[in-house]
Amino acid sequence: MSATAKFDTLLYTDSDWNFEKLQRSLDACEDIALNDLGLNIYRNQIEIITSEQMLDAYSSHGMPLMYKHWSFGKHFARDKMMYDKGYSGLAYEIVINSDPCIAYLMEENSMTMQTLVIAHACFGHNHFFKNNYLFRQWTDAESILTYLDFAKKYIAKCEDEFGHAEVEEILDAAHALMDQGVYRYNRPPKLSDSEQLEKIHARAEHERVTFNDIWRTLPLQEETKSEEEQRQTEVRNIKLPEENLLYFIEKASPYLMPWQRELVRIVRNMSQYFYPQKQTKVMNEGCATFTHHYILNELHRRGQISDGSIMEFMHSHSSVVFQPEFDDPRYSGINPYALGFAMMEDVVRICTDPKDEDRDWFPGVAGCGDWRNVLKDAWANFRDESFITQFLSPTVMRHFHMFALADDATKSYYNVDAIHDERGFRQIRDSLSKMYDLGAIEPNIQVVGADLAGDRTLSVQHTVYNGRKLDKKTKEDVVKHLDRLWGYKVKLEEVDA
Amino acid sequence: MSHFIDRRLNPKGKSLGNRQRFLKRARHQIKDAVNKSLRERSVKDLEKSGNITIPSKSTSEPRFRIDPASGKRGHVHPGNKDFAQGDRIKKPPSGKGKGGKDAADSGEGEDSFAFTLTRDEFLDIFFEDLELPNLVKTSLKEIKNYRMRRAGMTTVGSPTSLNIIRTMRNAHGRRLALGRPSTKEMNELKERLFALERIFQPNDQQIAQKKSIIAELDEMERRRRWAPYIDPLDVRYNAFQPEPVETTAAVMFCLMDVSGSMGEREKDLAKRFYMLLYLFLQRRYEKIDVVFIRHTHHAEEVDEETFFYSRQSGGTIVSTAIEEMQRIQAERYAADQWNIYVAQASDGYTQSGDAQRCVQLLTDELLPFIQYYAYIEILDEREMDVFSDPDAGAELWRAYRSINHSHFAQTRIARPQDIYPVFRELFAKNRKEAAA
Repeated sequence: MSATAKFDTLLYTDSDWNFEKLQRSLDACEDIALNDLGLNIYRNQIEIITSEQMLDAYSSHGMPLMYKHWSFGKHFARDKMMYDKGYSGLAYEIVINSDPCIAYLMEENSMTMQTLVIAHACFGHNHFFKNNYLFRQWTDAESILTYLDFAKKYIAKCEDEFGHAEVEEILDAAHALMDQGVYRYNRPPKLSDSEQLEKIHARAEHERVTFNDIWRTLPLQEETKSEEEQRQTEVRNIKLPEENLLYFIEKASPYLMPWQRELVRIVRNMSQYFYPQKQTKVMNEGCATFTHHYILNELHRRGQISDGSIMEFMHSHSSVVFQPEFDDPRYSGINPYALGFAMMEDVVRICTDPKDEDRDWFPGVAGCGDWRNVLKDAWANFRDESFITQFLSPTVMRHFHMFALADDATKSYYNVDAIHDERGFRQIRDSLSKMYDLGAIEPNIQVVGADLAGDRTLSVQHTVYNGRKLDKKTKEDVVKHLDRLWGYKVKLEEVDA
Repeated sequence: MSHFIDRRLNPKGKSLGNRQRFLKRARHQIKDAVNKSLRERSVKDLEKSGNITIPSKSTSEPRFRIDPASGKRGHVHPGNKDFAQGDRIKKPPSGKGKGGKDAADSGEGEDSFAFTLTRDEFLDIFFEDLELPNLVKTSLKEIKNYRMRRAGMTTVGSPTSLNIIRTMRNAHGRRLALGRPSTKEMNELKERLFALERIFQPNDQQIAQKKSIIAELDEMERRRRWAPYIDPLDVRYNAFQPEPVETTAAVMFCLMDVSGSMGEREKDLAKRFYMLLYLFLQRRYEKIDVVFIRHTHHAEEVDEETFFYSRQSGGTIVSTAIEEMQRIQAERYAADQWNIYVAQASDGYTQSGDAQRCVQLLTDELLPFIQYYAYIEILDEREMDVFSDPDAGAELWRAYRSINHSHFAQTRIARPQDIYPVFRELFAKNRKEAAA
């Protein structure tokens, strides 16, 4: 097929990139993404950056704006050393769930790599962010950048006003509880951010108009009567047990000053924003990898990229989806790119060319032929755990040679529960899906009581499943942070479910 | 619907603030690590940037975690070869996950955090809280330092200091005041004129109109020449005025014994000490003179290169170095204008009787006017125990013990790891208060 490719249909002929070529590639990818795959995306904002800027972006969760904190500096120092010594390469791209969708491309990439990255990030991830239910319901793509801008300035202002150490103390403590700062079951109050933002803007404007240097520090330190009343109402409305520790502290802590509550809120909002990403690693990367694989092959089929480029692409694609086996020194768990891509490729096969086994397992979609819509439906309505339960096929399990182990801490051996055979498929599928269920892998910690009228003791409870207790060392450290935010006694109990 | 932005030229170092916060937080651990790394570095590499490993405890970010060694759980792995259902696999020792990431593999222990410090950061941490003691004599005599201070606006200056905003504001005001016709007004008139000229057979009224417009245009042209867009009158420059800065002139004399009794090891120790001193002075004091004097049985002034890297040997007469120092000081560094510092390193063996001469030179002639005299005795490692008593020591040491002056300090070094603590002890910021 490539023999028929005419030279003049090629998007580019050498490996150096320039903006003109990038634009041509982007247009070609967009044509396939929108008209063939039928993806639904945010506007793209593609930024070309240097490797140093990529390291910068790494250290702050990939966000273009971030408040200042030592932990980001620590991550930067680590990443930079690893990169300088050649232990680890840099990601080819970072993409941000915002509208417009911001994608970073590294200037070192070759033209083929840029095309791959555009297909991967600007269409794959972008579509996933815009359509997946978790992102749609739990994050606010339009306002995240505005919010970050606010957060950054607010924290800088607090540092000026109250000193670095004070701010750091609160941020450290809030960071330690970040995992417990999300709504898992209730949907977070929509648009709280922007509403709050407007309030703050209004307050800032009021301050500006009635500027008086003597009173300048006061609004942050004391809340007005109406603010306090509103907060107390919110506290009363909290129904215990409350899963969102940071929310509870922000509202009910008897000790924090208003600006400190605001810091806790900022950390909580960041945590909430990243929560969907944690639950959709396999799907998100799978979606992006599937998309770039499809688009690049289609470009080649249409004669828009050369045989040389497709080989270069295949080389990096196969290292992205490489899955070392469990006894390989490189093994560090299942590669989300590999699993996601294999499952999605297999969905296409099940839809177009099913075996008998597939008809038994997936009676709804086997042989339906319409793989585009089946995949789009999966991308929109599933997260890793449910996607695996629904779509992990015997073919993929066989292909990966999967086996399930039971690990009982009291025994000196693992028991092989199931292997990739007829008897074991279902158990492997259940077991694997549990590994991606954040509800099962993260400890379930909730506020069960706060004696606000009495000695103000905060009672927190960890519900223990299957005897899986909290790690003692980190538990003590985190409770210290919790102490700091609450200001009074904190009791953490572990209770068997 | 998509667009590209080139961010490559954006300012770098976005995470600099984060880095500073990190360094501040781990300050103590980093200091220890820097100190430790000093021992392992050669004289030449002392001031290079380098890897630092600190215990990760100080910068840990704890979260609630489930203890992997508790309870029951299941996991799925790829790559089954010969396991069958019901097989039992022995757990690897130390409770590490099966085939999982082994922390020790990555070249650093679980409890440490490794990263790279730049040269500047390295030296800053190194010399934190150190200073030259008794730096008091200030003189305005030899003013070489001026600081430029802003001094409002001026009408003359160099193009680089042109204040564009002020200039344009003045020009704008002047144009308004003088009623300079704008290009827009003129263009409108010209339009009207062209329109009239396009009429094939104009009537009288139109001809009159044309004439008046031409006249008006001429007048405008004249006014424009008279009131230019920017006039030399408008131009303002930022003014700067030089301001003399008081300078504290200081000189450091480095006296090193390179006699035969100093072995390779002792010389290396002394050189390391001076290297540290030299770096410290260079880093902290912009204008400071350093005089290198080395001595055997006679002393000579040498340059930095020779001082640190040449090998020469001979007998020992310590007082020659002090005399040489005295000579140079008298010649070049007047005591009423210069802060004078001396650091002397020796193994403490000198010709018999010479030690007394040294003490005499110091107490009678030098100490009254110098700021600080530090004597560092380089010991053999084995001697360290023998001489743990401060009164016991080589000839020079015992002789110097008799000196009782707040500007004099003596100390001993036996191992490379002693250098930094001793250095800190000699130049600690609060030394003065401690002594007082």
